[in-house]
Amino acid sequence: MSALLAGAGLQELAALVLVVGLNAYVLTGGADFGGGVWDLLAWGPRRAAQRALIARSIGPIWEANHVWLVLVVVVLFTAFPAVFATLGIVLHVPLSLMLLGIVLRGSSFVFRSYGTSGGAGRARWGRVFAISSVITPLMLGICVGAIASGAVGAAAQRLPARGSVPAPSFRELFVDPWLAPFPVAVGAMALAMFAFLAAVYLAAATRDEKLRGDFRRRAIGANVALFVVSFAALWLAGSEAPEVRHALMHGPAVALQGAIAIAAVSSLGALAARRHPLARAAAAAQVTLILWGWVVVQYPMLLPPLHTVRSAAAPEVTLRLLALALGGGAVVLLPSLAYLYRTFARVEERGVDAAGRGAPGGP
Amino acid sequence: MNDLLAARTQMALSLGFHIVFAEIGIAMPLLMVLAEWRWRRTGDPALRELAHRWAKGTAILFAVGAVSGTVLSFELGLLWPGFMRLAGPLIGMPFSLEGFAFFLEAIFLGVYLYGWERVSPRMHLGAGLIVAASGATSAVFVVMVNAWMNTPVGYRLAANGALADIDPLLAMRSPAAFQQILHMLLASYAATGLAVAGVHALMLLRGRGSALHRHALTIALVIGAPAAVLQPLSGDISARVVATTQPVKLAALEGQWETVRGAPLRVGGWPDAAREETRWALEIPHGLSLLAYHDPDARVQGLRDVARADRPPVAVVHLAFQVMVALGSAMALVALAAGWAALRRGQVHERRWLLLALAVVAPFGYLATEAGWIVTEVGRQPWVVQGLMRTEDAVTPMPGLIVPMLLFTLLYLFLGAIVVALMTSLVRETRPA
Ligand code: HDD
Ligand code: HEM
Ligand code: HEM
Repeated sequence: MSALLAGAGLQELAALVLVVGLNAYVLTGGADFGGGVWDLLAWGPRRAAQRALIARSIGPIWEANHVWLVLVVVVLFTAFPAVFATLGIVLHVPLSLMLLGIVLRGSSFVFRSYGTSGGAGRARWGRVFAISSVITPLMLGICVGAIASGAVGAAAQRLPARGSVPAPSFRELFVDPWLAPFPVAVGAMALAMFAFLAAVYLAAATRDEKLRGDFRRRAIGANVALFVVSFAALWLAGSEAPEVRHALMHGPAVALQGAIAIAAVSSLGALAARRHPLARAAAAAQVTLILWGWVVVQYPMLLPPLHTVRSAAAPEVTLRLLALALGGGAVVLLPSLAYLYRTFARVEERGVDAAGRGAPGGP
Repeated sequence: MNDLLAARTQMALSLGFHIVFAEIGIAMPLLMVLAEWRWRRTGDPALRELAHRWAKGTAILFAVGAVSGTVLSFELGLLWPGFMRLAGPLIGMPFSLEGFAFFLEAIFLGVYLYGWERVSPRMHLGAGLIVAASGATSAVFVVMVNAWMNTPVGYRLAANGALADIDPLLAMRSPAAFQQILHMLLASYAATGLAVAGVHALMLLRGRGSALHRHALTIALVIGAPAAVLQPLSGDISARVVATTQPVKLAALEGQWETVRGAPLRVGGWPDAAREETRWALEIPHGLSLLAYHDPDARVQGLRDVARADRPPVAVVHLAFQVMVALGSAMALVALAAGWAALRRGQVHERRWLLLALAVVAPFGYLATEAGWIVTEVGRQPWVVQGLMRTEDAVTPMPGLIVPMLLFTLLYLFLGAIVVALMTSLVRETRPA
């Protein structure tokens, strides 16, 4: 890591903030989406209790968790405006679908929790909540995969000048870069990752042994699925993203892969041993390392092959002010977040009924 | 519909949808906190019930506000990559600060909504106050961006068309910033305060659960009425700044075609772009010069002095301005009447005509807000950044923009309908959940 950051300037700092913000989003907001996946897949005799636990753990925190994504977006367009513009152009379709998922997930969640409609209405919102919770991680991962593979940058280089007859077709420019096996595999990775995190967190969040068991088994299953799709992605990278594949197999990424393997084995081991807090830490470490694996492979490219962190960065003044703002903001933000999580660490102590109803109204 | 028009429509729709929830998110926490504070002071169970019900409504509306805001932040890149590439480094600063305001808002809203039994009463009220303050703060920051689009400062135009020597801090203090922020904040309190007052006035008229509705009416008026009375004054300040900084917009909103000294103020009328005149308006001699420059003989620039390609759609802007002023005047009058009634007899709740008037003006604030933003945004056309970048140069090169536009239109119609249905059943609900 120190080698990576040698000679780092404000540009690298801004990029670091992006990654840290994305990392925080994945660990918090990502797990909220993962909760929705388990809502969709709720089965067995404790189906209702599973859903209630999911709703109660997400309730007070998902909006705050969601702001990490907003922060990543504003830092991206402030510090690397050209990259933001290019992503907006080439990834218009998957980003719009992701937004659709975000809007439907958030609104259906509150409609279900606070709606006055009866059980049928609730069930319908529950369905929307669950399905949109799948769309968003998938699209997010697809966008990441498309960026990493270099297809987005390549498509951007072929964008026709305005007014000229577009030589490449709509499909070549706006669909092919992301609707390809490798990006889709990365999308599946994101989905498995978020579902894995959610299951581990949920198992740790309840004291009901049976419910714990349900989520423990789900966590193990999700981690196995994550392993499988990661391998698929690695294999597909051979043809679609040879640079990614090469970088993964050489240099610092190899050590990182070793670390990921250790974290994965520890989280599985901790789950099997029912050490839930340990499992939570190991799962967070595993996912964090995967994300950093992408970063290490790609650095110093921000949007390969078009922009490096340096070439895409905004002027020095902007970066300096941004650093100040982020520093000042962090001073206010971090204690507030800690307070939020501390207040709601144990969901079952809260005075809400088992259906997760009536929370804001209080008992 | 061409791609540019589709993009403009999608942006307008997304903003027009978001702004309603934003105004609620700015004002509603204050109402909520006031109700809880009164309850803690008096122990009146109706106030407690009211605070809980308002909190429940706010939870729904806030979530819709948050997701629609997220859509906006992406849409800046999805629809206007040219604009963001040019202006991102200069206006990113207020957006980033706004990000932190969102964080505080979401965190403490979580504490407020779910923490009734978990945190101390003082902390609970404090959390509500932080939500109220950060809502207003986020409005301040985002309107700074919009003000910069209207009156851009803080850069030098380099030979290659990029911005050089940028000064993001100066950009935050552009000439339009102060008065737009003031007008927007007052709009939020006036619109939401009077809307809530109107809803509860309607319930009082129907004789439902009156203790709760009486408290609600009082609290909503305490916030909404002063803001509604001040709003026309703040609008006058806005108009004067527009006159000096954006003369073309002023001409469009007044339907002024000729450059004259002592321009009249027009009430109503239809600007005819082909004939370059405004017909059927009631003209108050020297009114515009007087209002815009505080000098009856001041010179007002007309639209004919501007190349056709640089004129905004005059009829839309003029009409929207008339609508905003008419609605604002009605709101101010009703607010004054309510204040008068409260001062004279201390009883607003007993006067049916007043309750009726409040119920009628309930939606006016949101309608005036939409109209006001149409004035500001359409009045700036064809520029996305006044005099610096044209909207057509900002739009994404991706073709087929009509598809996402229709998709998001359907989505917002659907969400809007559900929110209205949920709110209606929430207000009707007799028992607390
Ligand atoms: C409750 C809502 C509301 C009400 C009652 C009014 N306005 Fe307004 N107006 C807005 C809500 C609004 C706004 C929040 O929608 C705008 C859009 C941009 C802005 O800064 O505020 C606006 C913009 C706006 C502008 C354009 C500012 C610019 O482009 O920079 C002017 C000149 C006025 N207003 C003037 C008035 C006048 C003379 C009013 C007299 C009654 C009035 N407004 C009532
Ligand atoms: C304060 C933050 C705001 C920002 C940064 C902002 C930014 C923009 C941008 C970038 C565009 C597209 C380019 C253009 O057409 O000029 C636009 C258009 C538009 N916006 Fe805003 N806007 C803001 C607030 C609002 C609000 C609250 C509304 C509410 C209705 C609104 C209404 C519109 C409309 C009607 C258009 C289309 C104008 C046209 O093309 O004729 N804006 N805005
Ligand atoms: C281009 C313009 C805009 C963008 C990009 C934008 C962005 C956002 C985002 C990302 C959120 C979600 C924050 C969260 O997750 O909690 C949000 C919420 C909010 N926005 Fe906007 N916004 C814009 C215009 C406006 C305007 C014009 C106002 C008001 C003056 C406003 C006031 C608010 C408020 C108060 C919230 C808090 C949520 C709520 O109360 O509903 N925004 N906005």
